Amino acid sequence: MGKLFGVILTIIALVSAYPIVTHKYVQPEDISTHGHAIDEQLSDTMAESGFAFLGSQLLLAFFVWKFSERKAGAKISNIPGGAKLMVVAAFILIGTEVLALGVLGQKAWANVYFTAPKPDAMQVQAQAGQFAFYFRYSGPDGKFGAIHPDKIDEGNQNFFGLDPANDVESRDDIVSGELAIPVNREIQLLMHAKDVGHSFYVRELRIQQDFVPGLDLSVHFTATKTGKYEIVCTQLCGLGHYNMKAYLNVLSQEDFEKWTKQKISEQ
Amino acid sequence: MRAKLVSMTAAAALIFAAALLHARAGGGTVSGKVTYEGTPAKPKPIDMSKEPSCAKQHPTPVMTETVVTGPNNSLENVVVYISAGAPDDAAPSQAATFDQKGCQYIPHVLAFQVNQPLKVVNDDQTSHNIHPLAKINHEWNKSQPPGTPPFSEKFGKSEFIPVKCNIHPWMHGNFAVLKNSHYAVSGGDGSFSLPNLPPGKYTVTAWHESYGEQTQEVTITGNETKAVSFIFKAKPY
Repeated sequence: MGKLFGVILTIIALVSAYPIVTHKYVQPEDISTHGHAIDEQLSDTMAESGFAFLGSQLLLAFFVWKFSERKAGAKISNIPGGAKLMVVAAFILIGTEVLALGVLGQKAWANVYFTAPKPDAMQVQAQAGQFAFYFRYSGPDGKFGAIHPDKIDEGNQNFFGLDPANDVESRDDIVSGELAIPVNREIQLLMHAKDVGHSFYVRELRIQQDFVPGLDLSVHFTATKTGKYEIVCTQLCGLGHYNMKAYLNVLSQEDFEKWTKQKISEQ
Repeated sequence: MRAKLVSMTAAAALIFAAALLHARAGGGTVSGKVTYEGTPAKPKPIDMSKEPSCAKQHPTPVMTETVVTGPNNSLENVVVYISAGAPDDAAPSQAATFDQKGCQYIPHVLAFQVNQPLKVVNDDQTSHNIHPLAKINHEWNKSQPPGTPPFSEKFGKSEFIPVKCNIHPWMHGNFAVLKNSHYAVSGGDGSFSLPNLPPGKYTVTAWHESYGEQTQEVTITGNETKAVSFIFKAKPY
């Protein structure tokens, strides 16, 4: 019976490892300049934790196989050094693993989050509110109009609380429900939440960043492939959370200019 | 002789009854047009891409409805009602229907009476959350998943209530809860008509969700039709 348990353990370990080792679940397409670093880091993490998982499961199966049918009265042998040595060894092993992941991973992480965007990056403001994203571009004057929360009038499409009657800079601001960006141009997303915590997640961009009420956060990225991709909220934000999404529309420079012209005419 | 008397009395009674009926059904009428002067804000297209089931119902984008204008400077969606001079009416039993279709409120401005049943319908393939932002009445919000039957509500006090959907931020409408049955919402040509007004002195009020309120005094003496027009000042922003 004990031997059978060892066999089952081995089968479970191998079957769970199979789809990962054979890359059965492919990563979604990567359309960003930094995405490959994130993917490599994920794959390193998977390899390291996979190795540890398989090693520990197979070792467990081996011990079950070998020692489950001990005869009555047989002598119990101890590992030299006892429990103390085992605890120290576990600390060193796990500590090294965590440190290695951290040290190797910080490069990919810092590349995305701890570096400043280039000075010529295009700034787009992203606002998350229950239960939609809205995006704002500075328009032809290159300046964002000030935000006045008391002026927010959603029925009139004034999602940001602009005051065009008194604030000239806000008159040409483009407000859009989709995030249209030019391909191969660095974008700096200035993020703020209108009400509660939300999150900006685009799988293909390998970007996931929370919106935190009261904090002005920013992320930057460069998309390398035109197309339409889904932006979803990945922080549970209320009853309409399941429905909180928008689209990232990566356009060629020419199409982006057309889009901008169209939007300016609508403001 | 006797037959003649009977027939004459009957005829008199008939005439009297007819006159009474006429007074109730007829009476004076206040009618006219609501217009604007100046430059109104440009309607803006609404992006519904996050709700594909609604977006596909609109081949061209739906425009914002806070200010809807028509030919010859006419102003739509203005509630014209008797705010003073008429007694409060009992609520009719027939429900006022507020429909959610294509992620829009139909009609954009719904006028009905205090305690009149309000029927809220969801014709969409998505959930809505109807949220009337009442200040005088009790404020509520109710979810209505697709396929659920209409529900009924009532408001006990007279109030203009903005309505929003907590799931689709662009959805915006208005309830006008009124005390009597003398009201109208201006149509595409800005026209309105308040019939069946018994003789008396009335205050006629016109209410627009962005441009505010205007009032005029009107005296009805018989079966006449009094022309009243309202001109609102439009603002570009």
